[in-house]
Amino acid sequence: MIEVIDAERCTSCDICVNVCPTNVFDKTDGIPVIARQSDCQTCFLCELYCPEDALYVAPHADTPCPTDVVALRETAALGSYRRAVGWTDETRDLRGIDRSYLLFGH
Amino acid sequence: MTTNDRRAEQRPAPGGSVEFDADVLVIGGGPAGTWAAVSAAERGARVVLADKGFCGTSGATAAAGTGVWYVDPDPALREAAMANREKLGGHLQNRRWMARVLDQTYQDSNRLAAWGYPYPVDDSGKPQRNSLQGPEYMRLMRKRTKQAGVTILDHSPALELLVDDDGAVAGASGVRRQKHDRWTVRAKAVVIATGGCAFLSRTLGSNVLTGDGYLMAAEVGAEFSSMEFSNAYAISPAFGSVTKTLFYGWATFSYEDGSVVPGAASKGGRSAIARALLQGPVYARLDKADGNVQRDMRASQPNFFLPFDRTAIDPFRDRFPVTLRLEGTVRGTGGLRIVDDSCATSVPGLYAAGDAATRELICGGFTGGGSHNAAWAMSSGTWAGWGAADFARQLGPARQRHLASAGTVAFRSRSNRPLEPAVLAKAVQDEVYPYELNYFRHASRLDGALARLDAAWVDVSAADAASKDDLLRARESAAMLATSRWMYRSALARYESRGMHRRDDYPDQDDRQRHYVTSGGLDEVWTAVRPHADASYAEAAE
Repeated sequence: MIEVIDAERCTSCDICVNVCPTNVFDKTDGIPVIARQSDCQTCFLCELYCPEDALYVAPHADTPCPTDVVALRETAALGSYRRAVGWTDETRDLRGIDRSYLLFGH
Repeated sequence: MTTNDRRAEQRPAPGGSVEFDADVLVIGGGPAGTWAAVSAAERGARVVLADKGFCGTSGATAAAGTGVWYVDPDPALREAAMANREKLGGHLQNRRWMARVLDQTYQDSNRLAAWGYPYPVDDSGKPQRNSLQGPEYMRLMRKRTKQAGVTILDHSPALELLVDDDGAVAGASGVRRQKHDRWTVRAKAVVIATGGCAFLSRTLGSNVLTGDGYLMAAEVGAEFSSMEFSNAYAISPAFGSVTKTLFYGWATFSYEDGSVVPGAASKGGRSAIARALLQGPVYARLDKADGNVQRDMRASQPNFFLPFDRTAIDPFRDRFPVTLRLEGTVRGTGGLRIVDDSCATSVPGLYAAGDAATRELICGGFTGGGSHNAAWAMSSGTWAGWGAADFARQLGPARQRHLASAGTVAFRSRSNRPLEPAVLAKAVQDEVYPYELNYFRHASRLDGALARLDAAWVDVSAADAASKDDLLRARESAAMLATSRWMYRSALARYESRGMHRRDDYPDQDDRQRHYVTSGGLDEVWTAVRPHADASYAEAAE
């Protein structure tokens, strides 16, 4: 489930509020809040759409998994999914490297 | 390419609501809904698309990667593709429909390429179009939908359909959950593209799929088909949401003590995993994947690795606990019954596309999801969009029709007893998740489950109207309940095992039951049997 909005990175663009398919976030006067965490379906799409790599979805689907943002910044986790699918400027060439056709029929 | 500058018209509406006049309303903004919207708009229709979440991220496809049943138009290849899974599907497929889905999917996929989808190219320089990355695909479909002139309403779940005096579907209404008001769209035709029902099981991207469109369609009298083929379970890490059963083809499954689960496999051995899970935890390790396969997996499906990378598990070396999550009719093949080539339902003005519609015509009684469902979403979406646009045009200029709301459960106050959505959702899950009820079916167990579900329906349909804040959740849980009752009533009406429908009390396939089970009804759930097309031809020839 969504665990972290990094206040240092978030610019209050509210894209996550808009794109979350299960309406987990709420707008505020400042940065958005995780208003309905238990509705999160752990689809990681908010991370993909966050232009600042400010969001972190823990992979645990059924239970919250409190995550320390300071420790998280020490890892490469923030923005890792976005980089892996080629949705950053530096990784654009990864968008077309799907190799599924080599895996089908196994 | 046709462009469409005719947009749906916003009308003056009372405070707290918005109203649109359209030719076609599409409910649901996944692949099927966006293809339907684009196709209807390209035929000149004024189109509104309403999505419960955000068109572009909503639904089972957006979060995942999916194979696509894309086959080059070489007769031998097409023949092999159709023959390939007929046995698995219990010979309930229809060759004519398979052929037209292969044709339409080929055309739609080539349009995606022209629109800029970044298909990979293999070592020989040939583009490979049998796989799509969900986020990339659906971001592109949202863009194309907007460019086609479609008005998109995000975070706008539909709650009930509107019907005219003749019972034809003429729009829908719902809520805009981030604006805290209501929407109404008057339309000449409606496409239901709300996906299947996965019962809030938290499989990747599926929690928006609660059978909402089924409930709305049933309230106007629509019929369902193949609802017994609704017990697809997908493998995921026990703690996680990511289901990618293809990759578990390289797994070894083991018990707690490390010994191998006999017969367990992702393909053709999933029931062994289910039986083992009834006894205790089951572990997987993708130890059959060599270095090349590991690299290809990482490149093809980055999100598969998120649960592992973020918990410091190496899935190729470490054993990790797995579970089977119910995907219901998302990977099942049951859904709204299609009555003609335009994907019309049995109700005038109502069309169905994608997982909301039955996929029996190309999958019969079995699908591993992905490939065939993705092809069906594009094809049925395209046809439903055209069909709805044509229906709207034939209806002529907007005459002032008297419209009535068709919603029942959660809209009526009767008993001074509240409808409690979370309690109801849990009660339904308790009847549809257990492997001993739904995976391995037996009349003695299904009878009990169905009696409890029927009793819950009596209770819920007498409960009070839900409050404004609870209305969506109330309708979702009621839709799950209705879906579970068509599922189990249909399962009881098929006295054999076929496709994914597995009866412990009728373990064999029975040649005399090569037919479809139709179902419907809310207060009284009914089933009936329809012959398979081949059987009708055989009878006609006699």
